[in-house]
Amino acid sequence: MKKWTRRAFIGAGVLAGGTLVIGIAIRPGNRSSKVAGLIASEGETVMNIWLKIAPDNTVTAIIPHAEMGQGVHTALAMMLADEMDADWSKVKFQEAPADKEYANYTLLKGFIAGNATFPKFIEETIDGVFLTAVKSLNFQITGGSASVRFTGQQAMRIAGAAAKSMLMQAAADTWKVPVEELTAQNSIISHPGSKLIATFAELAPAAAKVNIPTRPKLKSIEEFTLMGTSPPRFDIPAKVTGEAQFGLDVQVPGMKYATIKAAPVFGSKVKSVDTIVSSSQQGVKKIVNLGDAVAVIADGYWQAKITLDALPIEFETTENSGLNQEKIMDRYSKAMDTDLAEGNLDIHFKDGDAATALEQAAILVEAEYQLPFLAHATMEPMNCTAWVRDGKCEVWCGSQNPLGVKAAAAELLEIDIDQVTVHNQLLGGGFGRRGETDVIKQAILIAKEVDYPVKLIWSREEDTQHDVYREATISRMKAGLDQSGIPIAYAHQFIFKHHPPEAADIPYSIPNQLIQYSSPAFHVPWGNWRSVDHSTHGFLTESFIDEMAHAAKQDPLTYRKNLTKDNSRFQRVLDMVYEKSNWGAPLPANWGRGIAIAQSFGSIVAEVAEVEVGIDGKVKVHRVVCAVDPGFAIHPNGFIAQMESGIIYGLAAAMTGEITIENGAVVQSNFHNYPVTRMDEAPKIETHIINSGNPPGGAGEPSTPVIAPAVTNAIFDATGIRIRQLPISKNDLRASIRPTT
Amino acid sequence: MTSLTINGKEYQVDATADIPLLWVIREQCGLTGTKFGCGIAQCGACTVHLDGQPVRSCITPAISAEGKNITTIEGMAPDKNTLHIVQQAWIEEQTPQCGYCQSGQIMSAVALLNENPSPSDEEIDAAMSGNICRCGMYGRIKSAIKRASATLQSSTSL
Ligand code: FES
Ligand code: FES
Repeated sequence: MKKWTRRAFIGAGVLAGGTLVIGIAIRPGNRSSKVAGLIASEGETVMNIWLKIAPDNTVTAIIPHAEMGQGVHTALAMMLADEMDADWSKVKFQEAPADKEYANYTLLKGFIAGNATFPKFIEETIDGVFLTAVKSLNFQITGGSASVRFTGQQAMRIAGAAAKSMLMQAAADTWKVPVEELTAQNSIISHPGSKLIATFAELAPAAAKVNIPTRPKLKSIEEFTLMGTSPPRFDIPAKVTGEAQFGLDVQVPGMKYATIKAAPVFGSKVKSVDTIVSSSQQGVKKIVNLGDAVAVIADGYWQAKITLDALPIEFETTENSGLNQEKIMDRYSKAMDTDLAEGNLDIHFKDGDAATALEQAAILVEAEYQLPFLAHATMEPMNCTAWVRDGKCEVWCGSQNPLGVKAAAAELLEIDIDQVTVHNQLLGGGFGRRGETDVIKQAILIAKEVDYPVKLIWSREEDTQHDVYREATISRMKAGLDQSGIPIAYAHQFIFKHHPPEAADIPYSIPNQLIQYSSPAFHVPWGNWRSVDHSTHGFLTESFIDEMAHAAKQDPLTYRKNLTKDNSRFQRVLDMVYEKSNWGAPLPANWGRGIAIAQSFGSIVAEVAEVEVGIDGKVKVHRVVCAVDPGFAIHPNGFIAQMESGIIYGLAAAMTGEITIENGAVVQSNFHNYPVTRMDEAPKIETHIINSGNPPGGAGEPSTPVIAPAVTNAIFDATGIRIRQLPISKNDLRASIRPTT
Repeated sequence: MTSLTINGKEYQVDATADIPLLWVIREQCGLTGTKFGCGIAQCGACTVHLDGQPVRSCITPAISAEGKNITTIEGMAPDKNTLHIVQQAWIEEQTPQCGYCQSGQIMSAVALLNENPSPSDEEIDAAMSGNICRCGMYGRIKSAIKRASATLQSSTSL
């Protein structure tokens, strides 16, 4: 197969001619026999790799993203069908196979084609993670809230429009009429003048032979018939009957079950374990020492689990075995001091002279914040089924990155990537966790030891203690305000920068900024956690701006408005949340309101939380009003569900989410000590969408970063206590200790 | 061999003394609609009915279910072409997100409505707070329960 290089991407991107990266999804070779073999059954014509038309006139959208409940299969199919003018009742979807043809090159080329409307961070990203991915081409990820933004906009819509244009051309050629006289509707093309009509399917064979248009015309928002509506999601019916098949539900004939215990201290190894199966260990097939973990294979999960629980395993002591949370935070703090003193900080953003301006400020605001490690705690514990035999490997899992799974398997077994088959299943929650391949590799190594398929299931305890974690951090922030409370300087020293690279930027117009960071060593594995760096910076920026507003003795919402005057999208979102939340209306005693706003993944989200803090210090979040400008919400109901989901996810973390390290290992183990939000703690959420007509933003992540600061700002409003350390449950909020005003 | 009655059907299973019902249902009977979430009665993903009562199958010994009527999500729909009122409400409210917790949610909701056909918000909270939804679809679960409750009221008043 032809290897894509960066040059090839740019070359292909140039045909866009500066307009909306047209041609990205439509590449020569789309109809390669390889792809046709993968997705088309007999009698079907492959128009391009994103859709197929069957003889019964059904249109199938081929979706290169995993379904985690974000409704991506439905939303992307809608984008394609709308441009195509297909009959929605005859539109189906199929998840693309894990194959290089479906690597996120659409997305990648989107970045590289340099569309002027793309935010700056994406340009930077080209040389970061995504370029690395281009090089390896083993990247087919569902994450970064990118499905609609990139695949939808630049593959699905263009593919749909191109298909329609090809069908129209085929009709025009067959009927010998000008293409301009044709209309397309409900999967039928007609020529009103001569009353000729033909279905898409009838025209498909001829259409597949016409030239692929390089610039199919896309609809304007006014022309949308499906986009912006909320048809029932494809994935829902099977999820109420129990038929929906998740990774954990896979059944392969002859399969056995395994469970695993990894060295509790990250990086440690197994020192000793007895791998001989005794006759008293009923149903146990094999005990496997993976070096850094021990697994038991048995007839069922339960037999494997009780055997593993009873198995004496000794792990090696490492330099990290004595580490605890306090020491880790202390290390971070010292590293920050040293890096500052020695001038070793990396600059994230610099403008003017923050140090001098801070000295001249009439009011100085200073704060240090601390955030904990967080686990993902997807509802479905990690699992993977693998079968290794005859130089081949088959994998069943629910992955956000099936192509990455394929590559990891090939590398691990030193076999050709084409010898690996990945059967991607529904994901019982992803949140970034299911983009990793650690569990898959374990399952393969275990399965390699036997000649039958093995389903590896992690206990919830293993899942909590061997996650990849949102990092714990410390942040030091300073702002200088003038006499009237207007900020004249902003300085932020933080630790750890992952991505997106713009996460530490502030949306507020403040002169004299210095934002810098360092990267101390730490042994706890890091991973993408819903909204990634925005999950920390959303809290930091939006707590601190609130502190600034209070220091300036100004209303926090108005303060934000005044500092974003040149950003019309922010202004509208703030106006909307102001109105819908009844900002300023009186609240009962011990209640408070808090606001936070942030832009992430192309969407701008403001949230106002209404919170009650009992005299015993107990916090109850009653209501969250969410105003969001996602550019355009393709499937508003699904979009609203994503906002709700991101808010509850972020709320769980804000209220009680905390992973701590003791003796080098994670203390928490299950939902009793890593509690999450339950129904009786869930606020009423009201979401208001502003379709501003900007390029579509993400849905899965942008509501998460702002919920923690909206709540803590509300707690400040209610109690006068400023929460600078999460989770909220760590703070004493009893009435007796509140400042008197 | 132990004999279990699940959704009206007999299954012969190998239930060693301590194996929880969850694993027997999933692995031996092949009914994978009932989910594993925590294993310690914290999340509700494994909820099934024993003689109509909701139980956490991850901590219920399989042998204790012998002679009882076990109902799982697969047994909720009255027949192949009709969904249970609660399942129908779940679709109408577009409740599931990832869907993983939803079998358990529906089992708890059905048990609640069987006991109390028109629960208040507080009663719904009380009955449902043992079921975690990491996708945070609590608002929609609540709306779906209310919708199902309304349907029940109108069908019984006919
Ligand atoms: S798996 Fe039984 S309650 Fe969580
Ligand atoms: S729908 Fe995903 S956990 Fe509830």
